Amino acid sequence: MLEDLALLSPEITLAIFALLVLGLDLAFKRLKDALAYVAIGGVILAIVVTALLFGTQGSLFSGMLVVDSFAFYFKIIACLATGLVILSSIAFMKERTPYRGEFYGLLLLATLAITLLAGASDLVMIYLSFEFVSLTCYVLVGYLRGDPKSSEGGIKYFLYGAVTSAVMLYGISLLYGITGSTNLAEIRNALLFPASPAASTPWLILPAVIFMLAGFGFKISLVPFHQWTPDAYEGAPTPIAAFLSVGPKAAGFAVLIRVFLTALPAYQIDWVAILSGISLVTMTFGNLVAIQQTNIKRMLAYSSIAQVGYILLGVVAAGPETYGITGVLLFILAYLFTNLGAFVAVVAFSHLTGSDEIADYAGLIRRAPLLAAALVVFFMSLAGIPPTGGFLGKFFVFGAAIQMGQKVFYFLAVVGVLNSIISLYYYFNVVRLMCFLPAKDETSLQIPRSLVLAVTITMAMTLVMGLHPQPFIELATRSVLSIAVLSPL
Amino acid sequence: MEFPYLTLITFIPLLGAVACLLIPRKYEREMKRLAVALSLIPLVLAAILWLNYDYTAGTMQFLEEYAWIPTINVHYRVGVDGISLPLVFLTSLLTVICLFYSSYTIKERVKEYFAFFFLLEMGMVGVFVSLDFFLFYVFWEIGLVPMYFLIGVWGGPRRQYAAIKFFLYTLTGSVLMLLAILGMYFAEGTFGILEMARLRPFADNFTLQSLAFWGLFAAFAIKVPLWPFHTWLPDAHVEAPTAGSVILAGILLKLGAYGFLRILLPIFPQAFHHYAPIIAILALLSIVYGALVAMAQWDLKKLIAYSSVNHMGYVMLGLVAAASAIGTSEKILDSQAMALNGAVMQMFNHGIITGGLFLLVGVIYERSHTRDLKGFGGLGVTMPVYYGIMTATCLASLGLPGLAGFISEFLVFQGALSIIPPVAAIAISGVVVTAAMFLWKVIQLIFLGPLNEKWADLPDMQRWEVITMAPLLFFMVLFGLYPTPILNLINGTVVKLLSGL
Repeated sequence: MLEDLALLSPEITLAIFALLVLGLDLAFKRLKDALAYVAIGGVILAIVVTALLFGTQGSLFSGMLVVDSFAFYFKIIACLATGLVILSSIAFMKERTPYRGEFYGLLLLATLAITLLAGASDLVMIYLSFEFVSLTCYVLVGYLRGDPKSSEGGIKYFLYGAVTSAVMLYGISLLYGITGSTNLAEIRNALLFPASPAASTPWLILPAVIFMLAGFGFKISLVPFHQWTPDAYEGAPTPIAAFLSVGPKAAGFAVLIRVFLTALPAYQIDWVAILSGISLVTMTFGNLVAIQQTNIKRMLAYSSIAQVGYILLGVVAAGPETYGITGVLLFILAYLFTNLGAFVAVVAFSHLTGSDEIADYAGLIRRAPLLAAALVVFFMSLAGIPPTGGFLGKFFVFGAAIQMGQKVFYFLAVVGVLNSIISLYYYFNVVRLMCFLPAKDETSLQIPRSLVLAVTITMAMTLVMGLHPQPFIELATRSVLSIAVLSPL
Repeated sequence: MEFPYLTLITFIPLLGAVACLLIPRKYEREMKRLAVALSLIPLVLAAILWLNYDYTAGTMQFLEEYAWIPTINVHYRVGVDGISLPLVFLTSLLTVICLFYSSYTIKERVKEYFAFFFLLEMGMVGVFVSLDFFLFYVFWEIGLVPMYFLIGVWGGPRRQYAAIKFFLYTLTGSVLMLLAILGMYFAEGTFGILEMARLRPFADNFTLQSLAFWGLFAAFAIKVPLWPFHTWLPDAHVEAPTAGSVILAGILLKLGAYGFLRILLPIFPQAFHHYAPIIAILALLSIVYGALVAMAQWDLKKLIAYSSVNHMGYVMLGLVAAASAIGTSEKILDSQAMALNGAVMQMFNHGIITGGLFLLVGVIYERSHTRDLKGFGGLGVTMPVYYGIMTATCLASLGLPGLAGFISEFLVFQGALSIIPPVAAIAISGVVVTAAMFLWKVIQLIFLGPLNEKWADLPDMQRWEVITMAPLLFFMVLFGLYPTPILNLINGTVVKLLSGL
């Protein structure tokens, strides 16, 4: 039992620190901003613990949770995301809400929820942690009560989330009805080796998969479950938009990969077909709509939809020999630093100028050179130009598609790279404004130190992933090993 | 462990970029001097390499290799042979000249400008020395970003449009190239360019071979640029600042031609041979169309930009002639070698000649702020030095014997005539048109005729402008009269390349 608890120590650490932050906030009225550092301390501790445990294997609570490298990888991603988000929130939230203690507490709880989701190996546990993630995020999106946009975003997010999770629950119940189990490994066996020909029910599996996909698709904002994304991102406090674009998405991918690869390899041909189509539509739609945006948060929202389309390509190209899932993991890590970095820069800009309009970024290179330079790096990475992490991610994901060696996958890869070109247009439109045009207001911007730190870390990591990718590739490769990838039947 | 010449040539510019950014703005003059001084180091190193290169062997030399990403077999692998060495030298030479010229003409955002220029040099040299596809691709892309900024920040009135057009066009080619590279990697398990030429990926599957061929072709043809992929070029050249145009014409276009030579020809000789007729027609169209459209221009810079399409067409003609003859009789090998030698030398010559022409456009534009050929006249009297230098450069460009351009064009035509006579015969008409264009439009309209009073007191070229042009003129005359040093260098490698096909 004690050993089981040891395996859970990242979750326990996060839970303790979340409660600690909430408790301290209650007890000492003046601590508010110091609590951010307590929360960051908790996140760092959780990362350290996770790193120490990396490589161990185990199954907890009668198969509800597994502990494996794949889960650890996503736990590290969640903690990194939260740490950077808290760092970028300090200055921003200070001027916007008096309820900052709860804010950091909720963020830690959301992280805890993601770490649970990363290890969930039973449909019941998946549903519970899924709702845990959603509930904390609903509150965080609508956190600025005085701001109607924030409330609007929160409500939309909630309504969409409630509907899709109900649909997902229906899919789960169908799967349970077919196989008689909620455990992923048992479902897999029941589907691979049906007890009798009558028990094999492919006509019921497909609806079950599609219904569950509604839930996953909502979390990672796949088309057609994406409509909440731009409104929630625009309305949410910007650091929370940053968090939403990375944390819950990573969790959504973790659970999608685990469910589809562990439980449903028998139907890989079917879900690969569905996901390929969704991937194509998602990246193309995201990019085409992003071109027309005038608000940078909405642009980044659509861009993040497009990025998810690329990541899905890696899931589609999952095979025992291919780099598909490795590519997904690398892409998500690179995307964590890049997208979070871009959002942190947006946080800094909107904190100082109160604007999220793309047109107001004109001449930024004169007003805040570091910010503008960092944004150029992030946009390069999002567009997949070396030497950045984004290039590495795309290299592996598109590589996996090519590696599959079939016409369909070549087609997917070509659509993927053509999409990168479309995306370059709107990413570099911002660069054009920042670097080529004069500023309307020449005053230089003094960025708070915590934001400078966050931007510097994300920019450095984006470049390091592009220039020295070997350790990251090794990490991702090791994490993939624990998730069994079967060849399509 | 040998002295890491190539690594130094590639990465000293990076050092230069960092230095330029770190020096405070008040020391701008010192920064400019330091930048020019730093850019001389790669030039000196490249010259040392040229002198020490063993051209009788014609092999890859000065190799360096370190593991970079072992999991996917990516190496930092660099080396030069007789094809890449002249281009590395050309890159370092033109960078020094451009930085020197820019230190007089660039007044705004100087630090950034110099930093971007150094990054650009790093990207270009990197492409020429890379022997690993991954590395090649990374450098190929790195070069795009600084050029985008050079056009977009320091360019002409339509610079924003030209900058993004340049970026989108070239990126379209490069991502298709990336897919082809990935395809080859998963077929053969290596990113080594030389290894790939030995393994010949997809030798048994012509469909896949064609796909990979056209993927790479897209990247290189856009860069060269081959008709009909050339439409980014006039915009980019016209809007770029003078030094940017010099680098664009002088080196960036060579990246495409270099890709044909280093990658497509050795790795896919079969597909290249098979599709040679199509490419020959595109090359021919580039030559004829480039010349005729150049002739129709009244903007001096645009005229030279289109003449680049024409001149790079000669390079492609030489290449495609060599490719057409793959697998035919042994006797034709001489013509193949001649055509390829001409193509490689034309790459170098076009770099110094057209680079020079763009500098000379800059000289007149700085003074008059117009490039409209109808507005000049009679400047030969008031600006004799400029008249002389411009005439010499134009004559080199139109291929007058005794100057460098003649040798390479002659070799290309000589080689091509015996392999693909009809194409070569039509292509020669391009020479006539360019001759007419340079003599009539440039020399006659600017320098001869009655003096336009409006420009009566334009000052002649200053000393620093003459110094900028001097090295280019030197090489035009040297390789026009005595091409042996460069032809020896190229020939060894070209013969080796052809015998391997």
